[in-house]
Amino acid sequence: MTDLAITSAPERSPSALYRQVRYVLGENPVTLVAFVLFVLIVLAAVFGPHIVPYDPLVSDTAEALKPPNAHHWFGTDQLGRDLFSRVVVATRLDSLIAVASVALVFLMGGLAGVAAGFFGGWTDRIVGRVADTIMAFPLFVLAMGIVAALGNTVQNIVIATAIVNFPLYARIARAEASVRREAGFVEAARLSGNSDWRILACQILPNVLPIMVVQMSLTMGYAILNAAGLSFIGLGVRPPTPEWGIMVAEGAQFMVSGEWWNATFPGAALMLAVFCFNLLGDGLRDIIDPRRRT
Amino acid sequence: MLTMIFKRLATAIPSLIGVVVVTFVLTRTLPGDPGAYFAGPAATPQAIQEIRVKLGLDKPLIEQFGNYVVDLAHGNLGTSLTTGQPVATELCNRLPASAELTLLGLMVSILIAVPLGILAATKPNSMIDHACRIVSTLGVSLPVFFTGLILIYVFYYLTGWAPAPLGRLDVFYTDPPHVTGFFLIDSLIADQPEAFVAALKQLILPALTLGVFSLAPIARMTRASMLAVLSSDFIRTARASGLSRSTVIITYAFRNAMVPVITTLGMVFSFLLGANVLVEKVFAWPGIGSYAVEALLASDFAPVQGFVLTMAVLYVMLNLIIDVLYGLIDPRVRLEA
Repeated sequence: MTDLAITSAPERSPSALYRQVRYVLGENPVTLVAFVLFVLIVLAAVFGPHIVPYDPLVSDTAEALKPPNAHHWFGTDQLGRDLFSRVVVATRLDSLIAVASVALVFLMGGLAGVAAGFFGGWTDRIVGRVADTIMAFPLFVLAMGIVAALGNTVQNIVIATAIVNFPLYARIARAEASVRREAGFVEAARLSGNSDWRILACQILPNVLPIMVVQMSLTMGYAILNAAGLSFIGLGVRPPTPEWGIMVAEGAQFMVSGEWWNATFPGAALMLAVFCFNLLGDGLRDIIDPRRRT
Repeated sequence: MLTMIFKRLATAIPSLIGVVVVTFVLTRTLPGDPGAYFAGPAATPQAIQEIRVKLGLDKPLIEQFGNYVVDLAHGNLGTSLTTGQPVATELCNRLPASAELTLLGLMVSILIAVPLGILAATKPNSMIDHACRIVSTLGVSLPVFFTGLILIYVFYYLTGWAPAPLGRLDVFYTDPPHVTGFFLIDSLIADQPEAFVAALKQLILPALTLGVFSLAPIARMTRASMLAVLSSDFIRTARASGLSRSTVIITYAFRNAMVPVITTLGMVFSFLLGANVLVEKVFAWPGIGSYAVEALLASDFAPVQGFVLTMAVLYVMLNLIIDVLYGLIDPRVRLEA
């Protein structure tokens, strides 16, 4: 890899970036679909509680377990709560958990990885050992163990999801930082008298950032799945809070008796959200780092 | 070859030490005071102190860790509060159910993913290539518990092809005599073909659920590695020598392309073992995952820790086996070692 290839990316002018975004979207319409989905998710997360037709927590036993109809688009659950309202309102909590855990791991893993790649030596060895130890567990199982130990709260689900993603972020950040450690612009910064920390903050970090942002988008889907999986087995979020994982769990018992809508709509919402972030991540990678296109 | 295996064994030791330390730390970070927790809500301070002494919680951390390791070495994982049984025994009894399900899930996922990946690589940008991409993206996007529920709805409720999703064997059958703990194998050994069919029927849906979730890495890797191999010189030579298309693809390309695919199996097992917990809950499967979930909801921590430790040790072992397998298949790895 040459220094030229590494340093050329951030110097792109805005109009060239716009052209490339348009090119990538045109080339791969799936990314466009993912983007539209993403906007919908953001809208539902921000305005969800204000636009839904029913209160997601109020039950109406006369209307219990009704299939989808004109009044209740997604049907009603065993307590007569409107499923459409619940699914939409749940978007905010699910997104918050995912965003919080990804932001947390971005800070922990990104900083640890960049430091490991830049300083090498002991820092590298310690970060590597921690990452290896986490990788020695099947990730979902470790997340279960962490939530069990720290206590059964939403906050701890965020922490557990962040910890199991740590090795991924640390490794990518480490690789990106160690490639640039000897790069020309770093040498130049060092020669002009910058301290290690200043180089790290002003030269290395901004260059590692784009790759990390792609990684955030790619792991967002996994974070949603992981958090929903934990709440599906009864950890973290508690009923009657609307959350996709727990709603699928509540609807599961009705699947064998034919009331499919209870579990299907929250499950489908979950699937669409994960699908959206996976596709978006692929699309973002194409825009930010065209060399990695497959 | 033996030196390679020993060297690889040596590298697994730090992982195992890490696993033991982490599970120990998880035990000690129990919310609040474990002594107070085990004593119950009505306990006097004196009773709590007694329990702390009994559990060894009054000793320094290093000593507690030493005792923990000694207990582990004796196969003692503590006792479940809800059932009163030793955790190690219960895990042993339930492990075959989980192992049978996971291995069958792996087989399903290989059987779907490998042919799909090969076909996609031989015809890049064709319909089958797009199908491969869609299936693998869907596979990782579908929450595994949701896939399981959809399969139950379609194949149990709508068509009635599958039996009720309640455990390993229909209530009309008795368990085959215990030999391996795998119902499929035990029923064959005991010469009970009906039990074999019944066990297989129970297994198909959960195994398919696991397979769909874990096929993405295998399919993607097969495709990528087949593409790389197919463009190499020796394939061109083989084609130029007039070998048939199937000989070139299967005998020459496939065998070489499989080497990197084996390394992705580590990741696949991480997916499978984690997803196993969710699938077991959906299908009321009496494995170690559902045991851990039940314990977790009852705030019974010893089984959860035993489960996490068992899974981690199993996973380290599986990775070890994969590495050794890799060495057996690819002589270059052996020479480097």
